[in-house]
Amino acid sequence: MTLELQGVSRVVGGRDHIHPTSMTLRNGTMNVLLGPTLSGKTSLMRLMAGLDKPSAGRILWEGRDVTGLRVQDRGVAMVYQQFINYPGLTVYENIASPLRILRRSTAEIDRAVRHTAEMLRLTPMLERKPLELSGGQQQRCALARALVKGAGLVLLDEPLANLDYKLREELRVEIPKIFEASGAIFVYATTEPEEALLLGGHTATLWEGRVTQFGPTAKVYRNPHDATTARVFSDPPMNFVPAVKTGGQVRFGESASVAADGAMSALPDGRYLAGFRANHLALHRPSGAAVEFACKLAVTEITGSETFIHVSHGTDRWVGLVGGVHDLTPGQGVQVWLDPAHVYLFDADGRLAAPAAYAKAA
Amino acid sequence: MAQITLKNLAHSYLPNPKGEQDYALKEMDHVWQDGGAYALLGSSGCGKTTLLNIISGLLRPSHGRVLFGDRDVTDAATAERNIAQVFQFPVVYDTMTVRDNLAFPLRNRGQDAAYIKRRVDQIAKMIGMEAMLSRKAQGLTADAKQKISLGRGMVREDVNAILFDEPLTVIDPHMKWELRTQLKQLHREFGHTMIYVTHDQTEALTFADKVVVMYDGRVVQLGTPEELFETPAHTFVGYFIGSPGMNFLEARVSGTRAMLVSGAGVDLGDDHGTPSGRVQIGIRPEHAVLTEGQGLPVTIRRVEDVGRHRILRAELEGQPFNIVQPEGQPVPALPRVAFVPGKINVYADDWRVAPQGRAA
Amino acid sequence: MEKTQNNRAWFLVLPVLVLVAFSAVIPLMTVVNYSVNDTFGNNEFFWAGLDWFDEAVHSDRIHGALLRQAMFSAIILAIEVPLGIFVALNMPKKGFWSSFCLVVMALPLLIPFNVVGTIWQIFGRGDIGLLGHTLAAIGIDYNYTSDPFDAWATVVVMDVWHWTSLVALLAYAGLQSIPQAYYQAARIDQASRWAVFRYIELPKMKGVLLIAVLLRFMDSFMIYTEPFVVTGGGPGNSTTFLSIDLVKMAVGQFDLGPAAAFSIMYFLVILLVSWVFYTVMTNLDRQEAK
Repeated sequence: MTLELQGVSRVVGGRDHIHPTSMTLRNGTMNVLLGPTLSGKTSLMRLMAGLDKPSAGRILWEGRDVTGLRVQDRGVAMVYQQFINYPGLTVYENIASPLRILRRSTAEIDRAVRHTAEMLRLTPMLERKPLELSGGQQQRCALARALVKGAGLVLLDEPLANLDYKLREELRVEIPKIFEASGAIFVYATTEPEEALLLGGHTATLWEGRVTQFGPTAKVYRNPHDATTARVFSDPPMNFVPAVKTGGQVRFGESASVAADGAMSALPDGRYLAGFRANHLALHRPSGAAVEFACKLAVTEITGSETFIHVSHGTDRWVGLVGGVHDLTPGQGVQVWLDPAHVYLFDADGRLAAPAAYAKAA
Repeated sequence: MAQITLKNLAHSYLPNPKGEQDYALKEMDHVWQDGGAYALLGSSGCGKTTLLNIISGLLRPSHGRVLFGDRDVTDAATAERNIAQVFQFPVVYDTMTVRDNLAFPLRNRGQDAAYIKRRVDQIAKMIGMEAMLSRKAQGLTADAKQKISLGRGMVREDVNAILFDEPLTVIDPHMKWELRTQLKQLHREFGHTMIYVTHDQTEALTFADKVVVMYDGRVVQLGTPEELFETPAHTFVGYFIGSPGMNFLEARVSGTRAMLVSGAGVDLGDDHGTPSGRVQIGIRPEHAVLTEGQGLPVTIRRVEDVGRHRILRAELEGQPFNIVQPEGQPVPALPRVAFVPGKINVYADDWRVAPQGRAA
Repeated sequence: MEKTQNNRAWFLVLPVLVLVAFSAVIPLMTVVNYSVNDTFGNNEFFWAGLDWFDEAVHSDRIHGALLRQAMFSAIILAIEVPLGIFVALNMPKKGFWSSFCLVVMALPLLIPFNVVGTIWQIFGRGDIGLLGHTLAAIGIDYNYTSDPFDAWATVVVMDVWHWTSLVALLAYAGLQSIPQAYYQAARIDQASRWAVFRYIELPKMKGVLLIAVLLRFMDSFMIYTEPFVVTGGGPGNSTTFLSIDLVKMAVGQFDLGPAAAFSIMYFLVILLVSWVFYTVMTNLDRQEAK
């Protein structure tokens, strides 16, 4: 089974909600749509589901054009951020409801409901009503209802956003397992980069109605094609600093020049934008090559085992994540180090000019 | 500003509570130091919102007293307590401009116009909304509205405390970083007592100097983020703090050695005596190291690449066991796991056993 | 959220369209027919063009009725809307008394219009009516059949009694939808009672209040039964509102042409005002959705 979008776009009231998008989702893959609120995740999902008609382009399901087909006629299941269950029905009847609509036999329904409930660890709660369950269980019930009819395409629109942090963590571990057992195409929308990484599979990053990059999750994370993708796929936000290349030397911000290495050495001279992630900033000089920056400390945040340091270098504001607990005085000057192997260089249009050297090795 | 004291405080929503299970908030004594940044952390239904409402005066506790400084405010109304509160969803006055929204608490208290203007300008700058001061609040994004709510909470200089009830729920991840740092800076600059309620450990740990972890209507630990991470007082804290949470293994402990169910021995590094009851050892995934030589044999089921590190979902002694491995380190062919001595905690019936000869 | 387009949905609307055609469109067309013809019965029609409209526009009688009608609608709106809000603000928010109040408030709305008229007609009579008798006993000279002011007062009070509940119930529903956090925040901000009303309750009630005003305007502008039962439009023409005048003209004097022209204009006025309200309301919704 494959779902193929060919130049699909959606224009509402003269505004582009989704710019022309082409992507192919393959059978048994987990596909994450990652982007901030209003970046078009839900709009794209609604197009995939057939809830909205594309303004242009075609949608193919196993090679068959389903662009005009109603959502009821497409084997699609959807789970929303809100826990949507029938409050008057037991968990059992909730899960059974899609099959009852399809007029399956009682024995078949029973088998499917018990199998799905087992998979989602809902077996002890089958006779209860949804409102007697915890938030996590309610969302598992909604998930079970989506999975029970064996839909080929399961769309999850920020399904964990309304759950407590710890419950979210638990379900995040479960969802990949459920997905592997179902064999369907999963599409999962989230605003959180870490969630995309935990789910693995493939990730499409979205920004202002445009899919900026689509590929294997770890690859998109380590090899972003442009600055927008890098920004969307970084939490804490990616740090940026202007860089100038002259001769064989690169100068980052107000630091001393270093020799241009690897991909950087092949670049023409000129101005670039350098980007690096928080965890690559160090408070101590690393053993290898490193650029030193003089910064001013704004705030530190201690997570228990690590410390987020918020610093400013010239007009740029950076976040660094360093191991251990560092209780530094805000306002003081600090020296931070950065290994150039962790730096991405973007050109004036924001396109990747030189990938970070470490990403190739990883 | 004042220190806030909770004396024998307990609350039940039932008119005639019988046993302990009838209490949403079990009896506690607690002092919130003047000028501290506190987080109240727990899952939904643990009693943290009940406690917050008691402090703000929206709820009268069924037992015990609340003191602001030396003054008993148990029966005082919210307005008398001189506190500010920021809610989970943005509360803004839609028909007012951003400026009027920020000025509202000051005008109601009859401050003079020049002071109000100066103060509002200052707050607007802190929350980055100087450019929008003359706009109507209606039609702004959720982010912007919540910034106004924060600003309204900070605008009075003389408040006894500022209470936050999961204020970043509706905010996008990128904006969370900005708002959180702004809050920290505001705290540093004005020195208000702040109490921040959340279920999100990252928010709690990064915001607060002291975190109060609540579980089932009870405070299970009060400590710095580092204490909660390194020495959780209760298995719940071990599980709740950290992502993934602490690993627990059934064991028999005697002195500096722990014996696992399989008979394998673990060096604890410190003397823990011979605790009785249900004994477990707790190891943070960050303190478990993959080796090729020493340690216990471990089976790796799944590898999750989170970018800056990898989470290895493994099996040890037939139990799930998580290991956090820094970016760029390889997984050995025949992996074994070793624990960092001195970083292992011992629990008897879910409560931590402090090593002997060292303070808890 | 956007709606799914499906042309088959139109079939579901078809029965309603047929029904509306029979109950509204065809009678309306008959009226249009009468308004441009002169007739002396026997289904004989003579083309009159726009003469009847011309007459209606320049008729002092219709001007008078229109003025009385506008005054009546303005007065009852000015009383019922603030009074309804006031009642809603003071109703208990939950528990037994809230249900009790809701039932009591709904009672006047359940009484048929002519019964309301009859109740007040008897209530106000000086000989056997409780109100009329009491007023006479305390020395107030009250007689709605002879004094225009008394007649007006009776009709206005009757309408207020009958319809304030509707405004109150709508306003109450609007108030109930305000999250508690707003009131808590206001308490913390030390907002005065007036400020809470002005900046929280009123903006949140705006939508339902507009609906209330629209409903009350349309209803009062078309009022017929109650004043007809109580005063019959008198004394003189003092409480002859538009629809009463229309009935007199059409059925009493059998001036079908002018009456038809007049009713079309009447219909257009109501349509125009409702349209204005509707536009204002949808604009407000759009602003909130932003």
